[in-house]
Amino acid sequence: MNIRRITKATLLGVSFAAVMASAASAKTLVYCSEGSPEGFDPALYTAGTTFDASSKPVFNRLVEFKRGTTEVLPGLAESWSVSDDGTEYTFNLRKGVKFHSTDYFTPTRDFNADDVIFSFERQLKKDNPWNTYTAGAAWEYFDGMSMPDLIKEIVKVDDYTVKFVLNRPEAPMIANLAMDFASIQSKEYADKLEADGTRDLLNQQPVGTGPFQFVGYQKDAVIRYAANPDYFGGKQPIDNLIFAITTDASVRLQKLKAGECHVMPYPAPADIEDIKADGNLQLQEQQGLNVGYLAYNTKQAPFDNPKVRKALNMAINKQAILDAVFQGAGQAAKNPIPPTMWSYNDAIQDDPYDPEASKKMLEEAGVKDLQMKVWAMPVQRPYNPNARRMAELIQADFAKVGVGVEIVSYEWGEYLSRSKAEDRDGAVLLGWTGDNGDPDNFLAVLLGCDAVGGANRAQWCDKDFEDLIQKAKVATDRAERTKLYEQAQVVFKEQAPWATIAHSVVFMPMSAKVSGYVMDPLGGHWFDGVDIAE
Amino acid sequence: MLRFLVGRIGLLIPTFLGVTLVAFSFIRLLPGDPLDLLAGERGIDPARKAELLHQMGFDRPLWHQYLMYLGDILQGDLGTSFVSKKPVLEEFFTLFPATVELSLCAIFIAVAIGIPAGIFAAVKRGSFFDQTIMGTALVGYSMPIFWWGLLLIIFFSGILQWTPVSGRISLIYFFPQVTGFMLIDSLLSGQEGAFKSAVSHLILPSVVLATIPLAVIARQTRSAMLEVLGEDYVRTARAKGLAPFRVIGLHALRNALIPVITTIGLQVGVLLAGAILTETIFSWPGIGKWLVDSISRRDYFVVQGALLMIAGVVMLVNLIVDVLYGLINPRIRHN
Repeated sequence: MNIRRITKATLLGVSFAAVMASAASAKTLVYCSEGSPEGFDPALYTAGTTFDASSKPVFNRLVEFKRGTTEVLPGLAESWSVSDDGTEYTFNLRKGVKFHSTDYFTPTRDFNADDVIFSFERQLKKDNPWNTYTAGAAWEYFDGMSMPDLIKEIVKVDDYTVKFVLNRPEAPMIANLAMDFASIQSKEYADKLEADGTRDLLNQQPVGTGPFQFVGYQKDAVIRYAANPDYFGGKQPIDNLIFAITTDASVRLQKLKAGECHVMPYPAPADIEDIKADGNLQLQEQQGLNVGYLAYNTKQAPFDNPKVRKALNMAINKQAILDAVFQGAGQAAKNPIPPTMWSYNDAIQDDPYDPEASKKMLEEAGVKDLQMKVWAMPVQRPYNPNARRMAELIQADFAKVGVGVEIVSYEWGEYLSRSKAEDRDGAVLLGWTGDNGDPDNFLAVLLGCDAVGGANRAQWCDKDFEDLIQKAKVATDRAERTKLYEQAQVVFKEQAPWATIAHSVVFMPMSAKVSGYVMDPLGGHWFDGVDIAE
Repeated sequence: MLRFLVGRIGLLIPTFLGVTLVAFSFIRLLPGDPLDLLAGERGIDPARKAELLHQMGFDRPLWHQYLMYLGDILQGDLGTSFVSKKPVLEEFFTLFPATVELSLCAIFIAVAIGIPAGIFAAVKRGSFFDQTIMGTALVGYSMPIFWWGLLLIIFFSGILQWTPVSGRISLIYFFPQVTGFMLIDSLLSGQEGAFKSAVSHLILPSVVLATIPLAVIARQTRSAMLEVLGEDYVRTARAKGLAPFRVIGLHALRNALIPVITTIGLQVGVLLAGAILTETIFSWPGIGKWLVDSISRRDYFVVQGALLMIAGVVMLVNLIVDVLYGLINPRIRHN
């Protein structure tokens, strides 16, 4: 070991010891996270585990989701206005917001418009030096939300005013800016890294304005944060936040019971009763903003006939699926968006489970001895905890109406890729968890004409439906949009491109000592405002 | 001896090339690619995907990619992780000490218990003790590691609360990584109780990881001892009236240990393979867990690099065992 390494280690030791000295009387909350973050620059990634460790504790965005809802509130922007034609969004930035002062960076100025421009232009402009700052940088979420097509330019009006100019009106724009990829980085920090020739550190040692500042990450083991003393939203009730990475759900529960951690995500469904019975634990639950569905290939006979699709939907016993696959932690889905989302059309009646009627409808449609494939996902997802089992139940249901089912599956990446093909053979089990709480994020992404051959696994392009969602996309009035989406759901139900199966319930076990934790309908894990009793 | 050593090292070169080829093709034979997995349910625009594949060089013919990879290896570059964007070698050396520490403890337990148990079983051949030891060894050998690990956690950490559930050290201790070995770093930190905490965290994972090698070593020791105990020189030693302890401990054991040492050497591969499961159960930040995560994310360079480095370690240990064996037994080095 060389001298430099020893010196560095000693210096680190001294500063860590200082942290520890204050930690002796400090309040520490330990979160048993389910996996390792891929990195700490949220714009580079798409995984919730990475966002939990980066964008949520360390960063802020121009606008933020109100905790526990999908309502958008001011964040680093105090207020905003939209031009009449819906193509210009002007944000008035908050003054006096400080970036984190850490061992590796001390800011000399407050947050301003330059930071906003930097955070977005690195994703938007291919010629921006930070566009390819790290190997294989792919701005997957920014691109996936069609931001490059949407944003014409971002203009600095003055130090505390920024204007986003769009190529077309886009009602979900504000909700998009509350998403993780829109986290605001410090340009001053980036400039320092550039000067030092260590640009990669932007993804390893983050500097943000958020409630917690990054202290250290020991790969695959522990991430440490300290409360940001200068946080514009006020100092946190806890002093230290620690993520203890624990990939196995049973081990996470054992750690929670042993007091080695205070909060854990994703318990195994089989453990729920045990957790409820434990007096030292509390269990929060929330409707997930998700939907699990079976998408027919509407371009293929006989599934191009809505009557056939409707008949098959009536053959599925959803209650049996909820009992066996979701073990009661879910509710039957009748619409493509979950009931917790605004514009959910509760007036719609679900297709009844009626095998006899289904059989009759199939006969009327001239379908006899139908053989089909049902694709079962190889992975567990909140919207579908056991796709193989679900496929088997559907197979048994369809057999009752004279439809033979062959269950097929592929490795996950292959499954995602093959199921997009327009000439795909069979109906696909899949699902979706919302990104930003806007109905457009379900209806246009999963059922829009542009998404055929992509995320629209039903390959369904219906003119009436498309007109409605396109109108809703550019309308700025919430009441008008709600009406349009409600109508779109009626068209969806008549045309039945999917069999909507279920919306799941998400559970969050934690120690009884923890207070102030609020579950996020978008599936994130936030610790600002959380306290723990001594 | 030099000729023997050169010959053995010469053999490593084609083996190493073979491993690079296997590691390179293995991950590419698996269906799915990192970009589809990264994009998830949303999917990725085909044009954008083609652009990214081009940027990463994955659109080139496979032989071209392989030659480039080989060229990079020769310059000491194992590539950069597609996920963490860090050099593979840097990640390997961050995580490797954790696996080594766990494996060394496991092999220590396996040897410390396995050899005496094997000797005892051989000496008391056919007795109740022999049957019990060999029966237990068989159970240990057939035990599903994942189930065994969880069972120990529930019993010792959950019910008895004697040991911590998982991790390498209690989270209240916080010091920089100097050597990467928690036992050493905790001592260097000077923090009270840190070393004790590191030891207590090591116990369960080491026991779990030691289970299979322990069973193998015990069985191997028993059969080697039985063979040696039937030899003429042992009978002679006994006839000369030597104390049973000297006969078994000095004359028999010394010769019986030769195949046992080979077995211990071979267990390095078993340990590294077992570490993949053990590290996952105990949230142990080593290379086993790293490899599993990388395979599921199709992080090509990490999988290739990890396999290559693991193979390298196994080859190196085997070389050392071969050399030691050559030193002990002149017939081998002259043949």
